[in-house]
Amino acid sequence: MTAIEPQITLENVTVHYGQRQALHDVSGTFGAGSLTAVAGPNGAGKSTLLKAIAGIIKPRSGTITLCRDCARNIAYMPQNAAIARDFPMSVLMAVCTGFWPEAGNRHGITAAMKARARAALAEVGLAGFENRQIAELSGGQFQRMLFARVMLQDASIILLDEPFAAVDAETTAKLIQILLGWHREGRTIVCVLHDLLLIRKYFPESFLLAGKCLGRGHTHSLFQQKLLSFDLDMAELLGPGESEAHPHHHNHSHDHHDHDHH
Amino acid sequence: MITTITDFLFTPFADYAFMRRALAACAVLALGGTPLGVFMTLRRMTLVGDAMSHAILPGVAVAFLAFGLSVWPMTLGGLATGIAVAFIASLLTRYTQLKEDSAFALLYLLSIATGVTLVSLKSSGADLLHLLFGDILAIDREALLLVTAATCLSLGVIAALYRQMVIECFDPDFLKSTLHGGNAANAAFFVLLMVNLIAAFQALGTLMALGLMILPAIAARFWTRNIDAAMPLSIAFALFASVTGLLVSYHGKIPAGPAVVLVAGTMGFVSACLGRYGSVRSNLSERG
Repeated sequence: MTAIEPQITLENVTVHYGQRQALHDVSGTFGAGSLTAVAGPNGAGKSTLLKAIAGIIKPRSGTITLCRDCARNIAYMPQNAAIARDFPMSVLMAVCTGFWPEAGNRHGITAAMKARARAALAEVGLAGFENRQIAELSGGQFQRMLFARVMLQDASIILLDEPFAAVDAETTAKLIQILLGWHREGRTIVCVLHDLLLIRKYFPESFLLAGKCLGRGHTHSLFQQKLLSFDLDMAELLGPGESEAHPHHHNHSHDHHDHDHH
Repeated sequence: MITTITDFLFTPFADYAFMRRALAACAVLALGGTPLGVFMTLRRMTLVGDAMSHAILPGVAVAFLAFGLSVWPMTLGGLATGIAVAFIASLLTRYTQLKEDSAFALLYLLSIATGVTLVSLKSSGADLLHLLFGDILAIDREALLLVTAATCLSLGVIAALYRQMVIECFDPDFLKSTLHGGNAANAAFFVLLMVNLIAAFQALGTLMALGLMILPAIAARFWTRNIDAAMPLSIAFALFASVTGLLVSYHGKIPAGPAVVLVAGTMGFVSACLGRYGSVRSNLSERG
């Protein structure tokens, strides 16, 4: 097993919103091709962490380094609440915003692009929804649409902020399969989510946040150390000690239990 | 009969240069400002925009004290205070517990009071009325050129950055994640907002400057759910409000600026009641 070069490296990252500190001295790495869950109580800075990696907010101190080729190759999916759900736009056009980095202001959306967008919509189960208004979509359908946009961006780093919030079980299952597909393709995925069942079942690595980093590493070992536990409410995660379950970089493996040495 | 209609519709513009200039000014304002109004409604910034339009008054007043009712000094003065107020509002929101709306309320009331006080130092009520409500019938060549320049700039910038400005309204964080460096769409929006407010001020004064920008945009939202269609539709609404308002003003002998805004406002209200999407009528029929 060879150690994989980290694709995202955080060094002592501190982020403020005005006077309020959202992240304090967070360090860590996300290996190439890793699939990491970012967990923690509300207000823990999970979304802030993703925004900082995506370059949306600048840390007050510390550095975030992306591997050389991926700096311009990030697909960021914001929280549902950060998007204007009532925006007057068709589903097809909303998905086509994924072509924005490629097309910019000057180039048109070509027929080939639209065909790719339609294919992506079909893949997430939204075939036939192309001409619907996005305001008509249910919460689950909206998330499917955002997943379709991520597909179009074809990025090596994928950052997802609460993709399963307010989503029905069937959609969650579908979206998880898509996400695992991206993982198999070797993309680096960082996903904020609350559901410990999903985290334990599908996410080999976890990153625990509560303003600062409480622990990171293999999900299984974090459960063994009781840093992640079904007995704990997420709100109780604000534990006293900072722990680090050193991640053993693993080679695109999906059976993370095999790698647990703790 | 036909002569009567012609008299009613065309004679005012054929006979009087000031009516033609007023129509030209309104039409140009409609072309440049209304698309920006559509963006303002989508960004939920109509009230902030309104506050900004009042915020230009102190600068305008200082220019008026120094140079009288002269177009360029008032424009520059207004621009200076407008930018200052936007900057101070953002500082207040950032470093105090004030939310954006309260910060703008504080500053725009302060601006109006300061402006009115300054103007009253030197002049009569007529000048004050001119600054507060504009005088679209007295618009001169210089002001018309200014308004036209503002519109050319707006249309050019919107054409160049249209897609980015739309994504900025729809999903700002996604947009930022794809940019490396500043967000030109956001900066362009605020610069154009200021430029259009200053231009509209010439015609409609500080209190109603936004009338032709926002009201047609609000009306258009009730008739289309496609942002690309909302742009030309709101421009058409604004042109209709301009012509109708000026005619109502001429025949009814009421002030022109308020007449135009009244027509635009009525269109907005009627659209909210009877429009095709999201109006009282469509909501009732969906329930029924």
